Amino acid sequence: MSNLIPEPQNDTAIFLSGVSVRYRLPNEKVATLKEYMIRLIQGKVRYNSFMALNGVSLVIKKGETFGILGRNGAGKSTLLKVISRVLMPTQGRVWVNGMVSPLLELGAGFHPELTGMENIHLNATLLGHSRKEIRQKIPEILDFAEIGGFIEAPLRTYSSGMIARLGFSVATAWLPDILILDEVLSVGDAAFAQKCTERMRSFRESGATVLLVSHSVDTVRSLCQRALLLEHGNILETGPASEVSEKYHHMIFGK
Amino acid sequence: MDNLSTPSRSTIYDSSKQRNSAIEELRSIFKYRDLIFQLIRRDLVTRYKRSVLGILWTMLNPLGTMLILSVVFSQLFNMRGTYPAFIITNLIAWNFFSQTTLASLNAMLWGSSLFQRIYLPRTSFVVSTIGTGLVNLLLALIPLVFIYLVTGAPLHATILFLPVSLFLLAAFSLGVSLILSTFVAFFPDVAEMYPIILTAWMYLTPIIYPEELLANIFNGWLLRLNPLFPVIKVFRTVIFDGKVPTLAEWGIAAGIALGALLIGWIFFTQKSKSFAYHV
Repeated sequence: MSNLIPEPQNDTAIFLSGVSVRYRLPNEKVATLKEYMIRLIQGKVRYNSFMALNGVSLVIKKGETFGILGRNGAGKSTLLKVISRVLMPTQGRVWVNGMVSPLLELGAGFHPELTGMENIHLNATLLGHSRKEIRQKIPEILDFAEIGGFIEAPLRTYSSGMIARLGFSVATAWLPDILILDEVLSVGDAAFAQKCTERMRSFRESGATVLLVSHSVDTVRSLCQRALLLEHGNILETGPASEVSEKYHHMIFGK
Repeated sequence: MDNLSTPSRSTIYDSSKQRNSAIEELRSIFKYRDLIFQLIRRDLVTRYKRSVLGILWTMLNPLGTMLILSVVFSQLFNMRGTYPAFIITNLIAWNFFSQTTLASLNAMLWGSSLFQRIYLPRTSFVVSTIGTGLVNLLLALIPLVFIYLVTGAPLHATILFLPVSLFLLAAFSLGVSLILSTFVAFFPDVAEMYPIILTAWMYLTPIIYPEELLANIFNGWLLRLNPLFPVIKVFRTVIFDGKVPTLAEWGIAAGIALGALLIGWIFFTQKSKSFAYHV
């Protein structure tokens, strides 16, 4: 690989070098301790290893909007997990400069019995923010989520749209250095979707690095500067978004 | 102020620089201390805010158990007057241990879906259940004092050593919780098995009967092999017996409690890297 930079530079946001992730899948799923013990004694615990990522090397610069393309199971989610510290790589080095947005699942960690306000505090601390930081952002979060008087009511009284809005508002209240967009955001009604799109744009304009994961060739082509194409945990191609999209298109439709 | 400025903290994550996971985890749990506080708050609020009897439940629970046991056993163990005070002291310590260890298992099951999505210090859920347990224990001290006053059992100045006993009990419970949580992350059925173990453990520990009862069978090995016993004993000694535990008693309890914590912490942090691999 000639284009590989051995060390992250000043303007590097994400740097992966030879990153592999190996999942160990038991031959048959051993889900209970009892079963595991029995098989251990019988000497029957065997694993199939499965390489979700296979020596992936990648440099993404600050402020870049970068697309990740690939079929289901190509390793896209694993790549995102490695970047957002959820998974340790089995091999290789992951270097990330800055706060990574956790836009994976909105409202994960909400508690139905707590009020909207209590959930804002809980969710924001789950995302790693301090009490002081949260207090400063409360007005902005409330303003964006448009929950109104319901904010002091238990979350179980909320509609699903309200929960999604609250989750999105908390998750995006802080400008991340690296924004991960997994699939297309579909939150609430059209008007709110518009607001979301706008907030995303303001993130990009303010210099955040954006990682866009999508099945849609068009989205990647129109939004991203560069992209990569994953297949079976390997990078098939890295380059200008238009070229990589083209290749992905060919791969799927076979022409 | 609320402009979209870049966060002041520059956070560089480098997977090749994660040397000691046990120390690394200690550092990040300190960084996420506000999360611990919020998790404790959540547990307390959901427990107390929306149940009719609220805080009273925490106090009534040991009172009720004590009452039943007193009626049934006080004749049997021949410690009529002081039996209620004896039992409520032991029960509060036991309840702390059983509730925190059990709650940490459930917190782990609940948290595992979050671990797949966002980075969190993996110990945060377990640590917060200990915090919740401590608040509950402090509330349960109110009925304890009440029983001592009603039954005329003396309250001694040695109760001033309670924070030390409590610290050891919390350290031991945290250690056991961490070990159990590691297992439950890989084998969810541990959460089903553990309540059975707890029941057996309770009857094998001098909680509702005096320790002399066990000292006389199997040459007292049942007491010596039970790591919980010395820890609960220093808790009971300073409150009920009105004595300062001997240096040896402190030493054994501290050795077990801190040993369990150290082993649990290292075991958990070593294994927690692969929690997310188990889908």
